[in-house]
Amino acid sequence: MTSSAPARFNPAAVAAVSAWVGLLVLLSHWLGQQAYRWLPVQASSAAPLVDDLFSLETAIACFVFVGVVSVMAYVLLFNRAEKYDMDDAAPVEGNTLLEIIWTVIPLVLVMAIAWTTIGVNREIGAIGPMDHSHGNTNEAMAGAPTAEIQVIARQWSWEFRYPDAAVSSTELHLPAGRRVGLQLESADVIHGFYVPAFRLKQQVIPGRSIAFFITPTREGRYRLRDSEYSGTWFAANQVDVVVQSENAYQDWLTRAATQPLRPGISDASREYAQQQSRLRSSGYPTVRPAPPPMVNVPGSNTLPHAG
Amino acid sequence: MTLTSLDPGILKASHPVPGAPNNWKRFFSFNTDAKVIGIQYIVTSLFFLLVGGLLAMIMRGELITPEADLVDRTVYNALYTMHGTIMLFLFMFPVLNGLNNLLIPCMIGAPDMAFPRLNAAAFWLVPVFGVILMASFLVPGGPAASGWWSYPPVSLQNPLGHLINGEALWITAVALSGVSSIMGAVNFVTTILRMRAPGMTFFRMPIFCWTALSAQTIQLIGLPALTGGAVMLLFDLVAGTSFYRPEGGGDPVLYQHFFWFYSHPAVYVIILPVFGIFSELFPVHARKPLFGYVFVAIASLVIVGLSLVVWVHHMFPSGVPQWMRDLFMVSTMLIAVPTGIKVFAWLGTLWGGKIQLNTPMLFSLGGLFNFVFAGVTGIMLATVPVDIHVNNTYFVVGHFHYVIYGAATMGVYAAIYHWFPKFTGHMYFEGLGKLHFLLTFVGTNLNFFPMHPLGLMGMPRRVSSYDPEFAFWNVIASLGGFLLGVSIIPFLLNLVSSWVWGPKAPANPWKAIGLEWLLPSPPPAENFEDNVPTVISGPYGYGTGKPLVEHQEAYERALQEA
Repeated sequence: MTSSAPARFNPAAVAAVSAWVGLLVLLSHWLGQQAYRWLPVQASSAAPLVDDLFSLETAIACFVFVGVVSVMAYVLLFNRAEKYDMDDAAPVEGNTLLEIIWTVIPLVLVMAIAWTTIGVNREIGAIGPMDHSHGNTNEAMAGAPTAEIQVIARQWSWEFRYPDAAVSSTELHLPAGRRVGLQLESADVIHGFYVPAFRLKQQVIPGRSIAFFITPTREGRYRLRDSEYSGTWFAANQVDVVVQSENAYQDWLTRAATQPLRPGISDASREYAQQQSRLRSSGYPTVRPAPPPMVNVPGSNTLPHAG
Repeated sequence: MTLTSLDPGILKASHPVPGAPNNWKRFFSFNTDAKVIGIQYIVTSLFFLLVGGLLAMIMRGELITPEADLVDRTVYNALYTMHGTIMLFLFMFPVLNGLNNLLIPCMIGAPDMAFPRLNAAAFWLVPVFGVILMASFLVPGGPAASGWWSYPPVSLQNPLGHLINGEALWITAVALSGVSSIMGAVNFVTTILRMRAPGMTFFRMPIFCWTALSAQTIQLIGLPALTGGAVMLLFDLVAGTSFYRPEGGGDPVLYQHFFWFYSHPAVYVIILPVFGIFSELFPVHARKPLFGYVFVAIASLVIVGLSLVVWVHHMFPSGVPQWMRDLFMVSTMLIAVPTGIKVFAWLGTLWGGKIQLNTPMLFSLGGLFNFVFAGVTGIMLATVPVDIHVNNTYFVVGHFHYVIYGAATMGVYAAIYHWFPKFTGHMYFEGLGKLHFLLTFVGTNLNFFPMHPLGLMGMPRRVSSYDPEFAFWNVIASLGGFLLGVSIIPFLLNLVSSWVWGPKAPANPWKAIGLEWLLPSPPPAENFEDNVPTVISGPYGYGTGKPLVEHQEAYERALQEA
């Protein structure tokens, strides 16, 4: 870093380096605060924890990156060879003390980040999504007794079943302010359950039923995207998540239960049908999309969403 | 290419190509000369760089608008799959093996590689699997379209049910690439361990050789896992086995372990030699010894060890238990330490130097800039909760393109310019080189920086269409992508015109220290032949006045006279 350069310790240089490091700290702090603006709205209990960590890392990253680039800029300005000067510079071959310093400081720094993060992991795990474990849930997908909501990913649609209310939907409705259990299942290939506003993501693996917990905190309409490449219409495999107050959520469930079943949202099926009727050109042969799931509430995935 | 300085003794030595050894036909034959093979590798890889780059520009054309409108989704999926596969297996690995072939024997004073025929066989597998991979565009089902990871079960879906399908050809090509790389690795490791000049102890070896040794050791340890995993995938695809098929009791996540056990270390196979290039070039063009040579050398070995125990960081959202996430986060973070040692050593080398901003130096400095940026985003990706959010988004795509293009490919460009005079005997044109640098540096940052905000906003990678809120940054990225396409023009123009018309290069145009610079440009077929110098000091004695080898003046005088 700037301060560790093997310079002779004249007071002016020390003052200049200190001033520059001070500026760097201010810049890094400022950028760390800006980092929140680059992320979607915070709509789950995990989101502020993730964002705080990201903000901290942005500040550290800014300090390291701008610090290194400052040294590069300095040598490019002041250590250039004169024209036609082909002589060698003073042969400094190393400095063991410096080597030890710049081994130990990064070591301590990354271990501190790791330590902090393990704490954040615990916190997110305790309140939310990471309780699932590896390989011990290989039973058949019939039913999901413990979870409130069963999520079934297909090529290419998302179906949400609320067994207690006997409701199904292709729009995920969640109550705000409490922890909700989801059971993630796939009917074909690996998909990814990803809601950027929640900062949460989980592969949905065929042959497994993965328990996943979310605590939504902010009412609104958000995007759920397939995050694990799942074939031709992977990009179109996105639906909306609607977070509502507990009352509105219960109302929705009650009303939804009275609706007759009809085809849910599947952009893939729609595009495939257009290709079959030659309204849309097609490319290489593809896996046929699964028929849209029959649900009480198709919902919409074309309304404005907050994140 | 002219070899006017050729020692008549070489003509007497048995040579695999009949007639004069500087016959151009040798580049199209089963030649066993490492320098010929090196150029074969590099030219082949540059051809595939153009192919992979063209695919990337079609992708950026598709992504300049939110809708899937330029090409069909199936075509887009095939394009990004083939882009990644071509760039890694047909550009990156071959171009680095080309540099290994050119540099290792010359740098350590060996006449050739340890197993010249194995070396030629390893090269000739590259066009073979290249043709197999390209042929997949011609089969009825189209090429593989499941990403360069080829995760099952999606990679096992075979809509037409043909036995010869794009995915099967893809797996065959990747397996052959693995065989070629293992053959190369055996050769490089043996050559470095057994064929160094007298007096060249490990701690007098140039850092490039240290990094090549480290990288090729990873190939030997890691590739069997990928090759085994790929063979099982092929069986699942064409022979009805169920290693990874859940409906037959297989586990698709097992494949992810096999794949990343090799494919994460593979990025170190790529970046370590580029660290070697930076470590060679900064001392030459800053006229100073490498700062902390021993630390830099040992850091390479530490990276090898750590690289083998970090693969699960690609699988944080794959259903792995929390303790595994924590463990692999810690091991991943540790890689920052040896990497930091190298970055600080380069800064220490530049500090107080006499920097000459020629094309190789510009590419090295630009590569270092991009690498540090990729490094700080790498730390973010190692952190589990942040990774969970940005995993499989454009943030990751931005991160690794900064590594693979911003740092590794720019390092390769630096190496090509730096050693071009040595191996072609001609100087390149500095103006075209600087233009190439400017376009590459601007294009790289314009193309890959916008991917970071996109990923933070939640845009998944591999999408053929996206929500309109992502449009702004995608337009900028696409413009950067097209600029990168343009940047190749001065590069190729420079290579071809300099090789044909470039001014004749002296033996040591950079006043560099190293055994390769004690050879004529281009070096004769057997390098030093019987007259191998005895190394008496470390590799970067700039400004110390210490000679590198015994009787250094005699070698230099011989070069002057020739």
